Order: sequence, then C-alpha cells, then structure tokens
Amino acid sequence: MNEIEKNLLKEVAELDSIPVGAYNIRSNGAPLMRNSTENIDIVPKTDKPGIDIFIKAGTKGESVHIPVIISQSGLKDLVYNDFHIGEDCDITIIAGCGIHSCGDQETAHDGIHTFYLGKRAKLRYVEKHYAEGEGRGKRVMNPTTVVHLEEGAHMEMETTQIAGIDDTIRKTEGTLNENATLIVKEKIMTTGNQFASTDFDVDLNGEGSSTDVVSRSVARDSSRQEFTSRINGNAPCAGHSECDAIIMDDACVLASPQLTANDVDAALIHEAAIGKIAGDQLIKLMTLGLTEEQAEQQIVSGFLR
Amino acid sequence: MLELQHIGFKTEEGKDILKDISLKISDRFVAVTGPNGGGKSTLAKVIAGIYRPTSGRIIFDGQDITDMSITDRAKLGVSYAFQQPVRFKGLRVGDLLKLSMGKSMKMRDACDYLSEVGLCARDYIDRELNDSLSGGELKRIEIATILARGTKLSIFDEPEAGIDLWSFQNLIRVFQKMYEHTKGSILIISHQERILNIADTIIVIKDGRVERCDSRSAVLPELLGSADGNTEFCSTLLDKNQEVTRSE
Repeated sequence: MNEIEKNLLKEVAELDSIPVGAYNIRSNGAPLMRNSTENIDIVPKTDKPGIDIFIKAGTKGESVHIPVIISQSGLKDLVYNDFHIGEDCDITIIAGCGIHSCGDQETAHDGIHTFYLGKRAKLRYVEKHYAEGEGRGKRVMNPTTVVHLEEGAHMEMETTQIAGIDDTIRKTEGTLNENATLIVKEKIMTTGNQFASTDFDVDLNGEGSSTDVVSRSVARDSSRQEFTSRINGNAPCAGHSECDAIIMDDACVLASPQLTANDVDAALIHEAAIGKIAGDQLIKLMTLGLTEEQAEQQIVSGFLR
Repeated sequence: MLELQHIGFKTEEGKDILKDISLKISDRFVAVTGPNGGGKSTLAKVIAGIYRPTSGRIIFDGQDITDMSITDRAKLGVSYAFQQPVRFKGLRVGDLLKLSMGKSMKMRDACDYLSEVGLCARDYIDRELNDSLSGGELKRIEIATILARGTKLSIFDEPEAGIDLWSFQNLIRVFQKMYEHTKGSILIISHQERILNIADTIIVIKDGRVERCDSRSAVLPELLGSADGNTEFCSTLLDKNQEVTRSE
C-alpha cells in the first residue's frame, strides 16, 4: 500500500494499520486483503463484485472493517456487500470509501450494502465518505443502504460525508418488524459546485417499531443539497425525522419530508430547519476574541460533530 | 479605564436611543440602571462593539477603540455577557469555556469556572448549548465564560433576567465574589437592588441620557425613595426585592 492509499484508509476507517478481527479491504476495484474470524466469515460473491459477510448468532463485541479505497483516476467501481447478522449479535461494522483522483476523468464508487439483522441483533454501522486530489475529474459516490430488521433488532447508522465528493446520491431504505429500531445520523458538507442528494425511505411495519432519522448538513459556496425522507407508519409505531441545514454563500438546500400514517396509532413527526448561521452566534464567539471567519468555522465544525 | 465621550446612537429609522452620553468608569463595580427602553442595553452593546455609535468616542485604557471591531475589543480586554445567551447546536459547554480561556483547558479549569456558578463540570462540560439547557443554566454558563476570560472590563447585561429565584440567590453571591477578586472593572446592567447594593457607583440612564452618576450611597436611597412615586422601574425593583427577601 502506498502513502496515498494509507492516508485514504486513515480518513475513511481511522486505520493506521491492518485492523484486528475480520476485514475486507478493496482497492481500485479489486479485493486487496481479507480476513475472516471464527464468528465472522467473509465470502466473495461469484455472480457479481462484492462480498457476503456472515456473522454467527450470538457474536458480541466484535467488529468488521470493510473500507474501499480508489487511487486510480477514471475508475468506476460497483460493489454489492451483503451482511447476514445472526440473532442476538452485538457488533460494529465500519465501512467507508476514499477516492484520491488526480486525473481529469470521472472516478466513481457505487456501494450497495444490504443488511439482514436477525431477531434482537444489535448493530452499529459507521460509514465515512471522503475524496481528495487535484484532478479535474469528478469524484462521485452513490451509496445505497438497504436494511431489513427482524423482531427486536436495533441498528444505528452513522454516515458522514465531509469533503471532496462532487456528486452523490445517497439512498437508505429500511423495513422494520415488531419492536425493531433504526437510528440514522447523517452529516454532510458540500462546497464549491458539489451536489448531494440524500433519500430515506423507512417502512415501520411491526408493532412497536421505531425510527429516528437525523440529518445535519452544511451547504457552502454554490453547492446544492436535496434531502428527502419518507417514513411510512404501517402499524402502531413511532417515527421521527429531522433535517437541519446551515446554508451559506450561494448554496441551495431543498428539504422534502414525507410522513404517511396507515395506522391510527402511528406517531410520526418531522422537523426541518434551514437557515444561515445566526448573527448572535457569530457575535457571541467574536466577543470571546474570535474573528468572524474563526467563529464561522467553530459553529460549522460543532454542528457537524 | 473606560471613557465615553459624547456618545450618541441613532437607529436606522432615525430614532435617538443614546444622546450625548459622557462617562468615566474606573471603579471596580459599576451598576447601570434605569427604566426599560432607556438605552442601557444599547450602551453596553456600543461598548462591546456590537453597535457602532453614531457620534462620540470610546476610550479604553487610553486607546480610542471607537472604530475597533468586536474581536479586537475582546482581545484588548472587553467581555460582554448577553442578556439572552445564545444557543448553539453542536457546540458544547466545554468548547465555549475553552474558547473563552483562549488556550487549552483542563477539567480542573472547567471545574473552577462552572462551580463558581453552581454547576458541576462533570455534568455539563459535554452538554450541547442547545434547547436542552434551561434559561437559568445558560445564563450561568454565560457568566462562567466571562469568569474564564478574566478581562479588564466585564459587561453584564441584566444577568438576573430570565432566571429562576434559586439561580438569582446564587448570582448575587457570584457577583459579590467577583467584586472581591476582580482585577478589572465590572459593568453590570441591572434592576435588582441587591446587585445595585454591591456597586461602588450607580449610573441611572433614562431616555438615552445619564440622569445620575454617583456613589451607591448617594444614588440608591434616591432610587428606593422614589419607588413610592410610582415609576415603573422602581416599583418593579421593590416588588422583586421583597420577593427575594421573603424567600430567604
């Protein structure tokens, strides 16, 4: 692995070296390194690019790292990763994609991740998207996450896109059975002429199921963002979605929340707020000795923490 | 230390809020009081640099700061506590204290400043400065940020506004202690007799002008005496005073 690749790995998976436990590192469209453990089996797909990850029922406290790094400009990578998580598991999966592009051609990664969580399984899924490089070619990432939660399963998804990605369409779909919970925390920042679209579709099918989808974003320069969420309450359930955006410069943010209640006991809430940084916030930090630019930076980095 | 020379402030609509205010502030504890709408808060904002005066000069430690930005005044040693502290999504109590100190902060430091205002650092340092904090909590944190700065001039705009009685009792103690320890000047806008009671000097601002500026012993009896004269400001003062006395 060269320095560029090492740096990408650090940015997206916070890895300085080869991770402990199960991992699969994909580099420039091909598997680079893979390790299965007693409880976690990583198997390459035979019909299409990607892997199946099987986690034995009852596995607790283990983690899986599956970073993707692309340093070859012009590459278009498509990968299907399926996660089969057994009943009563309690595990962490760290995914992420880093692109370093110094060429003039478009470089893209489309990752389609499907999660099957067994009954009472608990998962923390962390996903970071990052791109860098001097090239004029667009850096594109289109992650799709499909989540199936069995009775009592609990998934927390933290997804972050902070820098460098010119174009992204992020889709997340969830189907929840009885007493299942899906929590999503999304953080996005766009700059320059970047475009980010994020789309959530959650079906609350089981009694007692619940979801909380929270998106915080900052749109700077001439960038554009679109937030769409659809929560369908098909049973006695609880759904909450929140889109909170800071808009700066000449940016544009569109929020389209949608709630559908198909059950009289479906409790659904949406909150959306788009606005510039409040003048009072800037003034408060300036009275502490920060310049306006420093104050702005503090507010944005706190907001996206 | 702070000198205001013929300060005037006119709104964009042309309304005169401050009219030819000249003051010299060098005492350790100066209270500014007077009826609502008289220009007290505007004066505090003019000193902090949030508003630019439309006429007059501001001299701080011999330096003309009239045209200086908020940031430069802050760096010179002016602190300003908001009447309504600002909420931030994402920023935490610890962040604000760290920025106030202007250097790296240890848990010990946070504990020093927060305990002064009756908050436990362990419970608060990681709390977001958002709607989950009550008005009273925010107010106390705001005061802690001023303590953490420890500057030559600390301005407080109605620290008693919007806080519960328990917080108020403690607030008085905080200011008493500040008075004992401050190396600079405290300028505090207040309607509260118990705060005015600690002041060396009391300034009464009414209709945008300095109506009175003298020692506490000269001004306070007049203010309390005129409470019977049914001025809105002084009856409020008396009511609140009685309320606080009753609860003790």
